[in-house]
Amino acid sequence: MPINLDTIRGMPYFSGLDDSALAAVSRYFFEKKAVRGDTLVFEGAPAEVLYFVVAGVVKVFKTSADGKEQILHVIRPGDSFNDVPVLGGINLVSAAAMSAAVLNGIKKKDLEALSKEYPRIALNVINVLSQRVQEMIELVEDLSFRNVSGRVAKILLEHIGTGGGENPRLTQQEIAAMIGTAREMVGRSFRTLEEEGAIKIERNLIVITDKAALRKIAGIIE
Amino acid sequence: MVSNMPVIDTEKCDKCGLCISICKCGILVMGDDGVKAIESEDCSRCTTWCNTCELVCPTGAITCPFEVVLEDGRE
Ligand code: SF4
Ligand code: SF4
Repeated sequence: MPINLDTIRGMPYFSGLDDSALAAVSRYFFEKKAVRGDTLVFEGAPAEVLYFVVAGVVKVFKTSADGKEQILHVIRPGDSFNDVPVLGGINLVSAAAMSAAVLNGIKKKDLEALSKEYPRIALNVINVLSQRVQEMIELVEDLSFRNVSGRVAKILLEHIGTGGGENPRLTQQEIAAMIGTAREMVGRSFRTLEEEGAIKIERNLIVITDKAALRKIAGIIE
Repeated sequence: MVSNMPVIDTEKCDKCGLCISICKCGILVMGDDGVKAIESEDCSRCTTWCNTCELVCPTGAITCPFEVVLEDGRE
């Protein structure tokens, strides 16, 4: 299927290009279809292709030494992934399709050739990269300095109910908004708190199994 | 009773279908005014509460709320 020019126009990499430039760019794009669970990018492998999600959802994740997966970003239609490594070297993270997905890909060498021909693309690339660096720094801050689990613990302690359903219920996105982090980080914190033995998740109930431990994680001094 | 279904705000739902595409228990369907969670014969409720629909939704229209309880506070 040919790649739609309007789709390309909407990609931050190619904004501000005229139609003839867009047509030139479109010749380098190829379409890739994925089924749920397909790994699209392997951490540690050479980065060859920059991908844009056209339909479906892709997760960008890291796997720890003991096989646990941490989702860093959810990529929805219109967003790209693999941006930084494709301009550098190896894939820093893995990516897999969460649903059936359609992607548009462009090879690293083609993107480089296009940037030489159309300096506007090089400028756009710089803008995208600086945004990515910003996002990475926020993530690093969350992971290393902000003690997200501690703040999630505090919120849980503040929302203890009776289980009768009359208490306001909490969603991960509300917790994320309350403590100023990404939704992905809240899920991670739940798992950390569970591993610490402070809580147990039973479907839509968060059971506090060790309140003292949870208070300690929350930094509440007895 | 605590609801067994994800909560959907149809005002916010832009019908992109992403949640339906990732839901493993297949209870989400597109209705005229947005996504709906359906009860079917073999799956009467969202069985896993995996939160993935909430994670992928671009508009925050679908959520999987939790209630927090104390273990020794239960029967
Ligand atoms: S929580 Fe998971 S299983 Fe339940 S409706 Fe959402 S995506 Fe489907
Ligand atoms: S992902 Fe959100 S906006 Fe899209 S269809 Fe589902 S509830 Fe609606």
